[in-house]
Amino acid sequence: MKQIVARPSSLSDTPMHYCPGCTHGVAHRLVAEVIDELGVRGRTVGVASVGCSVFAYNYFNLDFQQAAHGRAPAVATGIKRVLPDRVVFTYQGDGDLAAIGTAEIVHAANRGERITVIFINNAVYGMTGGQMAPTSLPGMRTTTSPFGRDVRTAGYPIHVVEMLATLRGAAYLARVSLHNVAAITKAKRAVRKAFQTQLDGKGFSLVEILSTCPVTWGKTPVDALRWLETEMLPAFPLGEFTTDGQKERA
Amino acid sequence: MATMVTDRILMKGNEAIAEAAIRAGVGAYFGYPITPQSEISEYLAAHLPEHGGVFLQAESEVAAINMVYGASGAGARVMTSTSSPGISLMQEGLSYIVGSELPCVIINVMRGGPGLGNIAPSQADYFQATKSAGHGDGRNLVLAPATIQEAADLTVLAFDLAERYRNPVMVLTDGITGQMMEPVAFRADAPLAHAAPAWATTGAGAGPVRLINSIYLEPDALEAHNRRLQEKYTRMRAEVRWEAYRMDDAVVAIAAYGLVARIARTTVDRARAKGLRAGLLRPITVYPFPSEPFAAAASQVAGILTVEMSAGQMVEDVRLAVEGRGPVGFYGRLGGVIPTPPEILAQLERFAAEVQSR
Repeated sequence: MKQIVARPSSLSDTPMHYCPGCTHGVAHRLVAEVIDELGVRGRTVGVASVGCSVFAYNYFNLDFQQAAHGRAPAVATGIKRVLPDRVVFTYQGDGDLAAIGTAEIVHAANRGERITVIFINNAVYGMTGGQMAPTSLPGMRTTTSPFGRDVRTAGYPIHVVEMLATLRGAAYLARVSLHNVAAITKAKRAVRKAFQTQLDGKGFSLVEILSTCPVTWGKTPVDALRWLETEMLPAFPLGEFTTDGQKERA
Repeated sequence: MATMVTDRILMKGNEAIAEAAIRAGVGAYFGYPITPQSEISEYLAAHLPEHGGVFLQAESEVAAINMVYGASGAGARVMTSTSSPGISLMQEGLSYIVGSELPCVIINVMRGGPGLGNIAPSQADYFQATKSAGHGDGRNLVLAPATIQEAADLTVLAFDLAERYRNPVMVLTDGITGQMMEPVAFRADAPLAHAAPAWATTGAGAGPVRLINSIYLEPDALEAHNRRLQEKYTRMRAEVRWEAYRMDDAVVAIAAYGLVARIARTTVDRARAKGLRAGLLRPITVYPFPSEPFAAAASQVAGILTVEMSAGQMVEDVRLAVEGRGPVGFYGRLGGVIPTPPEILAQLERFAAEVQSR
């Protein structure tokens, strides 16, 4: 018999704490598969952030550092600058990266740090219980926007990839989604390109992954995937925004 | 074996600290510009790359200390430097560094506060430096030089202690010591030996994975972690350093550290010239604090006058050390004002008269 599916060696044999229907597990697996396929597991250092993925180091079978809230790109910069031949990546949520960590992500991208950022956008603060995130949709009800996100007082969702695409240091920027199998296949291709960009020394790379948070969204896993597709995709267009340091779109 | 030293060179304190760090073998520096310490960054920007080290100007002190965290966790010998408001911004990162037990050196060239304050020399951040490394029960080991030569020497020692204890070591100095020039000699020996420690996250290779982390969700586990840290701080008491100047036959003592200790030294000589047998006790480590010599001195002298460029911070440690064995007085100047020898002498004479008449 031929084994056709196995756990990537970059993932550990640890049950994940993520809620049923959450797509963190899928995103973890994509990253682990890419690291395995590139053959860089032994020289990869990951940086976990604060949020649901705070325990990412329990699930990746890799050397890891756990960073303060929002600071993962600075921590990754410190690692990469003293170990330039290692593969360094951060795994951050939207509260971490797009709110408290905006200075760190912008400047890491602007310096063209040879790091890869996996950015999970589920439009909400998951770990702390479903508060409004910078990425929450207009009108979206959360525990801190109980009447819906009012854009007059809380602003509009931040488009991280489009914002970073204005910076010359960013070499690969893409937004992907995990709402169905075809999207997941495309997402893996983007993750692979991002890591390859780092290996080629081209500059900063980031993949924004649109993800679900069924529990704080108050939806079943299937309904959450449907909501991601129907509500989040129109607000956050998918695609590659920068490849090889060249802007694909204005 | 004695350490080889260079000829003496006339240098600014900030530059001497930077040169000492290079000679200690610093592998990476991350910092953000702030007066009165920017010459440290400037010197390292110019000279660290030629020694194979990494210089990076961060977007903020917040980012700088987290770069220090990452680089230290990756096994590099690493440092940052800043001044008072910058230390406030680094408190979060320092707490993570202490919790994750990462070695690093932080140079704090203190200026006047609170708030934006000014860029004049101050000692108003003693509490911040010695009482806690950010939130939680963590501690920095804190060294307080009184001369530029000592600033250079303690910078080298700081790297050694940081790596020995896997703990941040702060060199606590001030705007005058950073800005003035004095002759200074450097170690001419090879840098301190350094290799990435086994715990560093350098990529696991075929071996077990490593983790740099300060989260312990279970209270029992976090308490055990804290107990271990506290035991380490107890062990760090072996590093206590102080200087006693003309204390042998002293009847009254001044307690002072850093820049003020220099001024107090002159004051002691002038007091003795006038017939008042004064002495000086100068902590070199302000954490851990040299409590024993203060306790011993309290039994010998009529009283200890603590002089600081603050509203009275180290004086609390002096009182804790003395434990009521004798009177402890205080004199301080605030906001970047430097006390003069005649001014301290007048205070000392008043204090001596008061405590000797008790």
